[in-house]
Amino acid sequence: MKPGHGEVLIAEGDVELAEDELRLVEEFRRQLDAGLWAAVPLMDAAGRRQAQMVRSFDDVPRDAERVIFFPRAAGGR
Amino acid sequence: MLLALVATALVAVALLSEELLPRLDEAWSRHRARRRMSPVTPYDPGRDRRAEQRARTLLRSCVNDEEWAMYRELGFIRVWGTQSDGPVDPDPAARTGGAAYAYLIYPHKAIVAYLAQTHRLLNEYCVAFPDETRPYGSVRLPDSDDVLAKWMALTGDEERLISTANMHLPGRQLDPARVKRDLWRLSQWERARMRDAARSASSEPLDTAG
Repeated sequence: MKPGHGEVLIAEGDVELAEDELRLVEEFRRQLDAGLWAAVPLMDAAGRRQAQMVRSFDDVPRDAERVIFFPRAAGGR
Repeated sequence: MLLALVATALVAVALLSEELLPRLDEAWSRHRARRRMSPVTPYDPGRDRRAEQRARTLLRSCVNDEEWAMYRELGFIRVWGTQSDGPVDPDPAARTGGAAYAYLIYPHKAIVAYLAQTHRLLNEYCVAFPDETRPYGSVRLPDSDDVLAKWMALTGDEERLISTANMHLPGRQLDPARVKRDLWRLSQWERARMRDAARSASSEPLDTAG
């Protein structure tokens, strides 16, 4: 998510392919280093939707379809 | 007489040009330098609208059908709280004592916590998602992205988001009367959905029989 832009595709690939995974890990780190938060939208067995906040690439479920990066929350006015 | 006037005018212009020309030249140079330094981005009136459309598509793909319908029809999303004693509050008297509570998420407004049973408003949580990687066209996320960011942060790590937010008593940013009205609209909306669901469920056997 980017102000004024909405959704922007940063990177895509298959984590089962070593080359893709390396690229995805690098991009993941770059986004977190830029101060963004990362979340994976999930659906549980009961069909309830929720997000899982992830702080490292290892936290991302292997079958996750996407990771959404968004600006870090701050206290507002 | 006319000749004298023309001659005087010519002399005056010649004298003034010594003063004016360098200034005009300097102004022109400044103008050109300014144009070189700041590339002019043409104004695109559709950019924010397109960003919002993309944001709505993304939100739609993350939340469930009920939440999406709620946002589309009522303008906010309700997220149930998961802390056993209510949202973080330094005041022990404000703890919910295990009562069910929820949050209302509005775009670019404070998150409001309330008791589900009584609709008593608990607190407002002011939170923003400022862009740290400028320059970009806007410092604000599109409305639906702001809602999605709050939804993800609340459902993913409620305690972290609430402790990050600035907590205020109800009424600081959102009119409590408006929030109460929204809660009433939400209950009416849920009843109508339940009625529709019951009606369609009861009509299904007739449909298959007929």
